[in-house]
Amino acid sequence: MKKTLKPREREQLLGTIYGGPMGLWFTIFFTVPLGIIILYSFMKRGLYGGVEWEFTLTAYKQMFNPSFAMVVIRTLWISVLSTFLCILIAIPCGYAMAKSKHQTFLLFLIIIPFWTNSLIRIYAWISILSTEGFINSLLIRLGLIDEGLKLIYNNGAVVLVLIYMYLPFAILPLFTTIDKFDFSLLDAARDLGATKLGSIVRVMFPNIKSGLSTAFIFTFIPIFGAYTVPLLVGGKDSTMIGNIIVDQVSKTRNWPLASAFSMILTLISLIGVFWMLYNGKREQMQKEGGLKKTTQQALEHNVKAHHTHRGTK
Amino acid sequence: MNYHKYSNKTGFSFSYVMLALVVVFLFIPLFVVVFFSFNSAKGMQWEHASLVWYKTLIFDSPSLWAAFKNSLIIALTSSITATALGTLAAIGIKWYRFHGRSYITTVSYLPMVLPEVIIGISMLIFFSAVKVRLGMFTIYAAHTTFNLPFVFMMVGARLDEFDYSTVEAARDLGANERQTLTKVIIPSIVPAVLSGFLMCITMSLEDFVITFFVSGPGSGTLPLYVYSMIRYGVSPVINALSFVMILGTMVIAIIFRKFLKTVAASS
Repeated sequence: MKKTLKPREREQLLGTIYGGPMGLWFTIFFTVPLGIIILYSFMKRGLYGGVEWEFTLTAYKQMFNPSFAMVVIRTLWISVLSTFLCILIAIPCGYAMAKSKHQTFLLFLIIIPFWTNSLIRIYAWISILSTEGFINSLLIRLGLIDEGLKLIYNNGAVVLVLIYMYLPFAILPLFTTIDKFDFSLLDAARDLGATKLGSIVRVMFPNIKSGLSTAFIFTFIPIFGAYTVPLLVGGKDSTMIGNIIVDQVSKTRNWPLASAFSMILTLISLIGVFWMLYNGKREQMQKEGGLKKTTQQALEHNVKAHHTHRGTK
Repeated sequence: MNYHKYSNKTGFSFSYVMLALVVVFLFIPLFVVVFFSFNSAKGMQWEHASLVWYKTLIFDSPSLWAAFKNSLIIALTSSITATALGTLAAIGIKWYRFHGRSYITTVSYLPMVLPEVIIGISMLIFFSAVKVRLGMFTIYAAHTTFNLPFVFMMVGARLDEFDYSTVEAARDLGANERQTLTKVIIPSIVPAVLSGFLMCITMSLEDFVITFFVSGPGSGTLPLYVYSMIRYGVSPVINALSFVMILGTMVIAIIFRKFLKTVAASS
């Protein structure tokens, strides 16, 4: 039978055989669940979890409740501040790594803590910062303080640990792009009279824009959706959107509200991803003389640029 | 004037100092945990060196080992599924045009960029909507879902370098589709497939957030066990466990480093 198929039909058949199973898997376990969340966010809440089949915008209205609005604002400022600091720290690191002769070793050093189980890393910070923790016992032993300082269970601890957890997400893409940057351009700028900092800001930054936007997105999105860090090192006033979603699902059992908050997280993530794509695409077009790239290729390109490190280095 | 006036290779440089500080920052918490795992006392006051927590970890933590067994089962099964489906899909997407191709490509990147909480919650709500009981199966399904994109992407990257004329040559010489797949395509992408598989194992063993939502009674994995230790009563056994896990991470990182060389050498 197969031999009588036209080439086009044959391609269709083979493509479906190869790609079908994964497509089906994602449809069942990703697309449909996401669809259910969208649907649920417009439903009335059921008494013991679940929903009643009645269209309503109650969940979205509830989000404007002052206590929730506070959490949204807090999530925003914590995410923006942590992301900004991550990138600020990551730029010189990526630069130093790109210029170094020991790139593999340095990558190794960045990746070891990065791959270590996230709970273990949070636990490590708890044992450093807590009232009877490493810093306080050290300071008491040195006689500098009499009783433990309150270093943990506040927003400062959340920002610190978030930076610790997500710094590698900013360093790796920045390293990749800076590594491809032609450093002789900096010397040229210096020859033309620019200062060292000036040449970096005005010559290097425009050339590593895609790395900067990838670093921004891959740091901002997970921080914005953070759940474990605010839960374990944050105080009463450190709740973030991720915590609300979990509480609404498991404790309060208001599934429509949890779904509505999930929609917000998803939307903001998607806006971020498309912004990153737009930046990557524009840079690509400038480099390839206006050659058009599809959104998909740009997405592939950006995600690859970021994740290759996890994969092959 | 010195010719190399701008390159300060030996002297003080802001970026190198920054990098050194960051590496120290990244490693200090790990060192603190490892250091206190050898402490005989419970708290952060050093008494004397002891292996007592390692002894407890190995001989007196049955529920920890049960959780580890669950983790291993899920890591293996979900990684095998993800590797098989992801590899086939990467081949299909790369070489054939068919209905649903762009849907599959787009949807395969999203699980990687969306926050983990979203994936976890949506699966939890989905499983309860279709009335599947939470347990090993639901964890397996969730892990396969977040592992698939990585295999798909890593094998896809390898296929980008693959010379399609080899496939055409095999067909001209009379190989059928199955022979082409098993004798020509797969042998040449083995390094990428294997590193994708290893990646899946690592991520599956490590995941907490998504597993937290879709696990049921008796199906707790190692990260869930660690979570309950942190949340409800810290025992220094967790320090000992941390050291073992950090060592595990280092081994995996070293394996990956060698892999990189084999991939480079074979292509």
